[in-house]
Amino acid sequence: MSEPVIVVDNLVKRYGATVAVDGIGFTVERGTTAALLGGNGAGKTTTLSILLGLLLPSEGSVRILGENMLRHRYRVLPRINFSSPYADLPHRLTVRQNLLVFARLYGLSSRRERIARLAEDLQITRFLDRPAGKLSSGQKTRVALAKALLNEPEVLLLDEPTASLDPDTGDWIRSYLEDYQARTGATLLLASHNMAEVERLCAQVMMMKSGLIVDRGSPAELIDRYGRTNLEEVFLHIARRADAVPEPVS
Amino acid sequence: MTVFSLGRIWAMLLRYLYILRSSWPRTLELLYWPTLQVLIWGFMSQFFAQNSSYVARAFGVLLGAVMLWDLMFRSQLGLSISFLEEMWSRNLGNLFVTPLRPSEWVISLLAMSAIRTAIGVVPAALIAIPLYHYSIFDMGPPLVAFLAVLMAMGWAMGLAVCGLILRHGMGAESLAWTVFFALSPVSCVYYPVTTLPAWLQPVAWSLPQTYVFEGMRTVLFQHVFRTDYFLTAVALDIVFMALGVGIFFLSFRDARHRGALMQMGE
Repeated sequence: MSEPVIVVDNLVKRYGATVAVDGIGFTVERGTTAALLGGNGAGKTTTLSILLGLLLPSEGSVRILGENMLRHRYRVLPRINFSSPYADLPHRLTVRQNLLVFARLYGLSSRRERIARLAEDLQITRFLDRPAGKLSSGQKTRVALAKALLNEPEVLLLDEPTASLDPDTGDWIRSYLEDYQARTGATLLLASHNMAEVERLCAQVMMMKSGLIVDRGSPAELIDRYGRTNLEEVFLHIARRADAVPEPVS
Repeated sequence: MTVFSLGRIWAMLLRYLYILRSSWPRTLELLYWPTLQVLIWGFMSQFFAQNSSYVARAFGVLLGAVMLWDLMFRSQLGLSISFLEEMWSRNLGNLFVTPLRPSEWVISLLAMSAIRTAIGVVPAALIAIPLYHYSIFDMGPPLVAFLAVLMAMGWAMGLAVCGLILRHGMGAESLAWTVFFALSPVSCVYYPVTTLPAWLQPVAWSLPQTYVFEGMRTVLFQHVFRTDYFLTAVALDIVFMALGVGIFFLSFRDARHRGALMQMGE
């Protein structure tokens, strides 16, 4: 059996006395979608930042696509990508200019063709020549997704991919991600507190609280384990528990 | 995976050129201050040429100095502004999840600084030719040596300033516009080092630009290029460049420890 695409082991991130991530570990298998689920300050975005190499951990290790991310991230970065509604593309450049710059950073050869195809897929063709700062939230999200798919990543990390979108656009994005995964066999890891999204997309959920993974499993397993009817109820149960208890080590 | 990619450097340079092209007032601003400086100092030089034996001996001593000083300032500012563009647009997180390396980014910043400096300073230098019958280009090959030393020092300061902004956040943004001028009194731009009190002269001689301005005066007054000044300035440039690069890369690594690449911005 091949090594999981993402292997996180004993990951710790401290800021002085504050522990943002407290010794978490998880794996994500190739071609699956997993989620880090938790409230604000649970450690989801910190974990994603470490996985991307933007943040150095205090302890622990991260392997992505068989490479040690802390030592050889430049071998991995061309094969992965990231999208977040909180990381807007520069506002003064047009969408096309932004995408061209990022396409060059990934060393793509057929840049204009790739951008044209993505623009058509993501329905952003008509505002390719508009400044990125003049787009609506839904348009920005689609453009950010186009940026994240430029290099056709094998691993796609998504931070709240449908935050602040209307239900229709959110649903459209989720469908697009499902199609992308089915077509390319990519591995997706998303940080979210949108329960419906996680239930629909993810085979595996890591519930985070106060920097710990307090439980994990498929959405159905978690719902069953807590005797609830949906993932939102599980989330609320865990979030309202007084303390963060690490899951038992098996 | 290429260790060092010209394609990625060009990508970043292209980004800064797009920004420059997107706003003509910004391009005009590049020209505005150097041109204004040359106009003011040109008229002052004309006045001093009739009333001061110092300027009368070499008309360009003040105009040449102001152009070279401005070139150094523009080199520092050109680098810092491109860096700040990334901070203002909170784009570091987007950039450093790509294969872009910090060293490639730095080279693109240096290249953009050279372009911005040329856009600002060259027209100002050309304006002085018909207006004051003074061409800085008459200095000949020594001018190339002076430019190289001053640009390197401007870049060293720019990198140090960017490092400090990375370390301390946008609260330190004003350093990009102010820190440079702290050195002007001891850089001896318009007067010889001997004008300074004896205790301050060693400080002046520890800066590469002092050798350029002293060297420029030697060229203008004695028609001699002081190779010893040039070599000392190059050696000091290397020291300051190493400091600037060191501060920048240490701050960048520190930003990765603090998570600042994701959060930093206005």
